[in-house]
Amino acid sequence: MTDAPIIPTEEIPQARHPFAEAWEMFRRNHAAMVALVVLTLIVLGAIFGPWLYPVDPFDMVWAPFSPPGVDGFLLGTDYLGRDLLSALINGARVSIVIGLAAAVVSVVIGVTVGALAGFYRGWVEELLMRITEFFQVLPTLLFSMVIVALFGASLPMITFAIGVVSWTAVARITRSEFLRIRELEYVTASRASGAKNGKLMFRVILPNALPPIIVQAALMVGSAILFEAGLSFLGLTDPNVVSWGQVIGSNRQYILDASYTVTIPGLAIFITVLCISLVGDGLNDALNPKLRQR
Amino acid sequence: MEPLLKVENLRIELTTRAGIAPVIDNLSFELGAGESISFVGESGCGKSMTALGIMGLLPEKVGRIASGSITFNGEELTTASEKRLRSIRGNDISMIFQEPMTSLNPVYTVGEQIAEVIRAHQGLSRKAAWAQAIELLDAVRIPNAKGRVSDYPFQMSGGQRQRVMIAIALACEPKILIADEPTTALDVTVQAQIFDLLNEMKRQTGASIIMITHDMGAVAEMAERMIVMYAGRKAEEGPVQQIIEHPRHPYTKGLISCVPHIMSTISTERHPLTEVPGIVPGLMDFGKNRCLFASRCNKVTQKCADERPSEMAFDAGQQSACWYAQEV
Repeated sequence: MTDAPIIPTEEIPQARHPFAEAWEMFRRNHAAMVALVVLTLIVLGAIFGPWLYPVDPFDMVWAPFSPPGVDGFLLGTDYLGRDLLSALINGARVSIVIGLAAAVVSVVIGVTVGALAGFYRGWVEELLMRITEFFQVLPTLLFSMVIVALFGASLPMITFAIGVVSWTAVARITRSEFLRIRELEYVTASRASGAKNGKLMFRVILPNALPPIIVQAALMVGSAILFEAGLSFLGLTDPNVVSWGQVIGSNRQYILDASYTVTIPGLAIFITVLCISLVGDGLNDALNPKLRQR
Repeated sequence: MEPLLKVENLRIELTTRAGIAPVIDNLSFELGAGESISFVGESGCGKSMTALGIMGLLPEKVGRIASGSITFNGEELTTASEKRLRSIRGNDISMIFQEPMTSLNPVYTVGEQIAEVIRAHQGLSRKAAWAQAIELLDAVRIPNAKGRVSDYPFQMSGGQRQRVMIAIALACEPKILIADEPTTALDVTVQAQIFDLLNEMKRQTGASIIMITHDMGAVAEMAERMIVMYAGRKAEEGPVQQIIEHPRHPYTKGLISCVPHIMSTISTERHPLTEVPGIVPGLMDFGKNRCLFASRCNKVTQKCADERPSEMAFDAGQQSACWYAQEV
């Protein structure tokens, strides 16, 4: 190769790494940035709070209905004299863990179904999409209540119940991305270099289909938290674990006398879910190429 | 000697909304070891379908090989199992595509993509495959291969990406390299470099090359033999030099006269640049028992409309599917 002609250096486009570009786009969304900061604080509070504020949320620590700030209890006490701040901190753990786990469950189910349907087409697609539609038309709250009522109100079962009723959106998004990407030239090129179907599906196509799936998964964490709150408000929750919805549910009779017992955990849910939605919106800005030009 | 690749009476059918159309109709050709052959023709005349047919990558449920045979090294490919085809693809026969901008996976580094093919076919360790990827990048003359191996495709220019594609295609030292319009998307200076590279690689590895193009200049540069395709049929076949000097099919003649010539002495005289009038017939006309070029041909007679021309043989394996090949 010593006699090889000298190749003039072709111009190298100074493209930036996609991650750098995505972060840039995310940062431009101010609401998402604020939400990200608040969300980080909430998560840190959920992780380290129980060490910093070691009060058992089930202990009766003071007289009932002590308003916030009075008698040394920052957020007051509930109808059984339990510390609301402690309930909020420990409830955050449950809410966030269930939110994340349920999102993982629905992403796993949804991506598998959507990938198989979009990749293989034909009768596989027909069958899987009909199943998806079946799950889509089920009344979600009712169906998850039935699952929890039948199989017991443990945290894993609640997580599973929420995941099972919310995977359909992921499946549809994954399928549509697969339908688009499977026709692209680099997929044919991989096929031409002898790639197997499994590899084509999960190593070639899936990584390219991830951005909208990530956005959907982020939004799903929020809706899973709401879902869990709804279920535990109705009492379908592990009674040995404190959660936000459960606090609201158990204090609801006293809403007129001590409205803060319901308002405070309600605000916690509201702020958390709002922040997750805003972050999801920011991710959408960052990852959706169609919005790049804005 | 048995040729490396032998295609006999190949017929590939596409199912369209209007019915079934033979996009490749009774195509036969042979490719010897170390030989390079070019397919030339307009868009939609079946060049790429031939390539995909050989690779077993016809669009699912739409395209299929209806009859004929493709034998590679004595092995029938049309009836081979998907598993067998997979091990041939990329290892014995590999392919580079038209669009270097879109034929690399955007989420992996080029090194990963080269190493992947090596690992899949030759079972090398991750580390050995990576080292070989660097060597290959160096071989396709990417400057600073060691540094560029962990670049993503978006960090490379079109020409560099096509070099990476060539590196992937040659990673397992295939016996046949199919190049489907490898330089169409590149600018002219880069085209010349890619041709040089392909020729160099061919010398080094002894691979046969099937080059698909609509560029007569590319044919002259790359191939020893050429096949001119028209509407899914072979119009003419023969040694490149001979065909360019004396085409025996009106279509080939038209194609050649479409290429502008640069005069050695500058003069004010301007030869008009000709074109082949008309367009390729619609898919539904494919497969009819008549000359499909007739509507655009200036030598057309009743016979052309009544019967499909048979192939007429000339010196040195030149063949032409025209009733009046003698007179052209």
